[in-house]
Amino acid sequence: MEKQKFTDRFSTVFADQNFFKKQKRIALKNCGLIDPENIDDYIFANGYTALATVLSEMTPEDVIKSVKDSGLRGRGGAGFPTGIKWESTAKQVNDEKFVVCNADEGDPGAFMDRSVIEGDPHAIVEGMAIGAYAIGAKKGVVYLRAEYPLAIKRLQKAIEDARKANFLGKNILGSSFSFDMEIRLGAGAFVCGEETALMNSIEGKRGMPRTRPPFPSVSGLFDKPTLLNNVETWANISSIIVNGAEWFSSIGVGKSKGTKVFALAGKITNTGLAEIPMGMTLREIIYDVGGGIPNGKKFKAVQTGGPSGGCLTESMLDTTIDYESLTKAGSIMGSGGMIVIDEDACMVNIAKFFLEFTQSESCGKCVPCREGIKRMLEILTRITDGEGQTGDIEKLEELGNMIKKASLCGLGQSAPNPVLSTIKNFREEYEDHVNNKRCKCVVCEKLITYTINDKCIGCSACRRSCPVGAIAGLPKEKHTIHEDLCIKCGKCFRSCKFHAIDKTSIAKEQK
Amino acid sequence: MTSHNQEEINTNLKIFIAEIIKQDRPDSHLITVLHKAQELNGYLSREIMDLVSQEMNIPTSTIWGVATFYHYFKLNPVGKYNISVCMGTACYVKGGSEVLTAVKEELGIEIGQTTEDLLFSLHEARCIGACGLAPVAMINDKIYGELTPKKIIDIINNLKKEDESKQIP
Ligand SMILES: Cc1cc2nc3c(=O)[nH]c(=O)nc-3n(C[C@H](O)[C@H](O)[C@H](O)COP(=O)(O)O)c2cc1C
Ligand code: SF4
Ligand code: SF4
Ligand code: SF4
Ligand code: FES
Repeated sequence: MEKQKFTDRFSTVFADQNFFKKQKRIALKNCGLIDPENIDDYIFANGYTALATVLSEMTPEDVIKSVKDSGLRGRGGAGFPTGIKWESTAKQVNDEKFVVCNADEGDPGAFMDRSVIEGDPHAIVEGMAIGAYAIGAKKGVVYLRAEYPLAIKRLQKAIEDARKANFLGKNILGSSFSFDMEIRLGAGAFVCGEETALMNSIEGKRGMPRTRPPFPSVSGLFDKPTLLNNVETWANISSIIVNGAEWFSSIGVGKSKGTKVFALAGKITNTGLAEIPMGMTLREIIYDVGGGIPNGKKFKAVQTGGPSGGCLTESMLDTTIDYESLTKAGSIMGSGGMIVIDEDACMVNIAKFFLEFTQSESCGKCVPCREGIKRMLEILTRITDGEGQTGDIEKLEELGNMIKKASLCGLGQSAPNPVLSTIKNFREEYEDHVNNKRCKCVVCEKLITYTINDKCIGCSACRRSCPVGAIAGLPKEKHTIHEDLCIKCGKCFRSCKFHAIDKTSIAKEQK
Repeated sequence: MTSHNQEEINTNLKIFIAEIIKQDRPDSHLITVLHKAQELNGYLSREIMDLVSQEMNIPTSTIWGVATFYHYFKLNPVGKYNISVCMGTACYVKGGSEVLTAVKEELGIEIGQTTEDLLFSLHEARCIGACGLAPVAMINDKIYGELTPKKIIDIINNLKKEDESKQIP
C-alpha cells in the first residue's frame, strides 16, 4: 500500500520531462548518483581532480583569478562576489588563517545544503581544500546544524576517508600544502547563520553577532583572517576549476552566473530540490519544474529568502531569477527556500508567522531588533485577533523601516521584509482585517464564526467538547452555537464527524 | 541512554572532556561537550553543568549562558518519546499548526512540557529538512511525514500501546 503510493509519486515526478529538462546540475551533480559514503565513487566521478590540478599546476593567485572570472557569488543569501572575498582574505598576512563552511541552514523550509552534504560530502571537502590553498589556511571548520544527523555522519566519514587518501593532512598529494578540517555542531539558533555570530559559536560562546568592521577576512574566527562561504558556494568550486571560469560564466544572466539550487515547498506539486540556471523565470520554476499548484487551487504568492525575504505575486511571475531582479521585485535570492502559497493562505497570518520566528530568534543584543520586532508582532497579533485600529498598517510600515535601518546584523535588518512586502502586495487583506474584522481566507482564528448547518444529527459531541458551554441542543436535534459566548477555540469543529459545522468570516459592522 | 546510571554518565562525560581539552583552544569545545552531555544525560541538569564547569575550568554562569542561548539544549527532563512538531514554513503552510494543536489536546501539555507519566514531551522544530513530506513531526529520531491531526493521534496511541506491552514482563 505504502509502496504503491511511493511508485505513484515517483512516476508523476520522473515521467514529467520538464522537471529535469529545465534543470542544470552543478552543485547537485553527484547527488543521488554516487554513493556518498564511498570515496572511490566520488573519485570515479572526477572527484579530487580539481584539487590535484590546483596543487600541481596553479598558484594561489591563479585559483583566485579563476574564481573571480567565473563570476560566482555567495549562495548563502547576500550574493557577495566569492572571488573578491577570497582575494581579500589571501592578502592578509598572518601565521594562522581559517576557511569556514556555513552549513547552519537556518531558513525554516529549506534543505539545499543538507542535501548537498548528504549527497556529495567530498565536494565540500575538496572545495574547502582548494579555498585553503588559495588563501593560505591550514585549518578548516564546517559549522553544521545538529538537527542533521545523517549529514554529520556522512561528512565525518568523508573527512576521515579523505585523510586516509591524503586529500587532507600533511603534504597533500606530495605537495608542500597541508590542510585539515573538522566539524563543529550548531545548536539550533537561527542567528548563528550570520557569519560573525557563527564564529562566536565555534569559539564556544553565545552566538551573538559582532560589529563589522573588522570583517572576517581581516579578523574572523579566533580573531584570525577567515574565509567563510556557504555550502553551495563551496560545492561549485571544483567544477569551476575542472571546467574553467569561462564555462561557468557562460551559464546564467547579467551579474548572476551559474546555477542556484532551490528547495520547492509549500503548495506545489513537485516538492523537492531543483537546480536551475540563473535567469529562468519564477513562472518556469513553479509551473514547469514544480508542476504548478495542486488540487486545482489558485496561485497566490511565492516567498523566497525565508524570514529575510519577501512575498511576490502573480504579476511578478515573469521576474527572472537573479540577484538583482529578485531584489528589484521586492524579495531576495536568499539561500534557496522557495515556498509557494495558494489562495487558501491569509497573507497577514503568513507575515505574522515569519515575524514570530524572527522575534523568537532575535539575540537581543541591539534595541531596534529586540524591542522593535516585538512591537510589530504585537500590532500584527492585534490585527489578526480582530482588534486592529486605524493607523496600525502605517505604524507597521514606519516601525519596519526604522528597524531595517537601525539594526546591527542582517537578522534585524531583514526581519521586517515579510511584513513590508505583504503590506505592499496585499494591502487590501490587511485593511479587511483592520476595518471589517474579516479574514477572507478563514484562517485567523479569532475572526472565524462557527455555525451549525443542516447536516447536524444532534450527536452532541460538539456540545461536550465546548469549554465554555456555548453550544445548546437536545439529543438527536440540530444544535446551535451562541456566538456571544464562543471563544473561537475550534474544538467543536474538530469534534464533529458529520461536517455539520461551518467556518466563515463575516465582515463586522464598523463600531 | 537510560540504562546507564548517573555515575556511569558522569564518568563517560569526564573521559570525553579529558580527551577534548587536550586540543587547541579547549574552551571553544564547550558546545561540543554540552552536546555530548545532553546525549548521555538526556538533558542538561544543574549537576551536569557543574561537572562540565569543573572539568573544563569554565564558570558555571558562562555555561548556563551558553546552554540557555541555544534552543537545542534542554534544561528539563524529556519524556521517553520526544515529539517535535515541525513549524518551519513549509510545514506551517501545509497545516503544521493543526497537527501541533492535536498533539497538545491529546496529551494535555504545552510546548516544552512533559506528560506526568514522563512518556511524552512536546517541542517545536524549525524545519528538519523533510519539507517535501510536510507537515512532519519527529519522534526521537524517527520522522513522520504527511501528517494530519488524526494520523499523529494514531501514532501517539500506538506508542502508548507499545509502551504498555513492554511493561508486561
Ligand atoms: C540572520 C542570518 C542568518 C543567516 N543564515 C545563513 C545560513 O543559514 N547559511 C548561510 O550560508 N548563510 C547565512 N547567512 C549569511 C551569512 O552571514 C554569510 O553572508 C554567508 O554565509 C556567506 O557565504 P557566501 O558568501 O558563500 O554566501 C545568514 C545571515 C543572517 C544575517
Ligand atoms: S539585529 Fe537582532 S539578531 Fe542582530 S544583533 Fe541585533 S538583536 Fe541580535
Ligand atoms: S458534533 Fe456535529 S453532528 Fe454532532 S451535534 Fe455537533 S454539529 Fe451536530
Ligand atoms: S469554537 Fe470553541 S468556544 Fe466556540 S462554540 Fe466551538 S467549542 Fe465552543
Ligand atoms: S519546514 Fe518542516 S521539515 Fe522543513
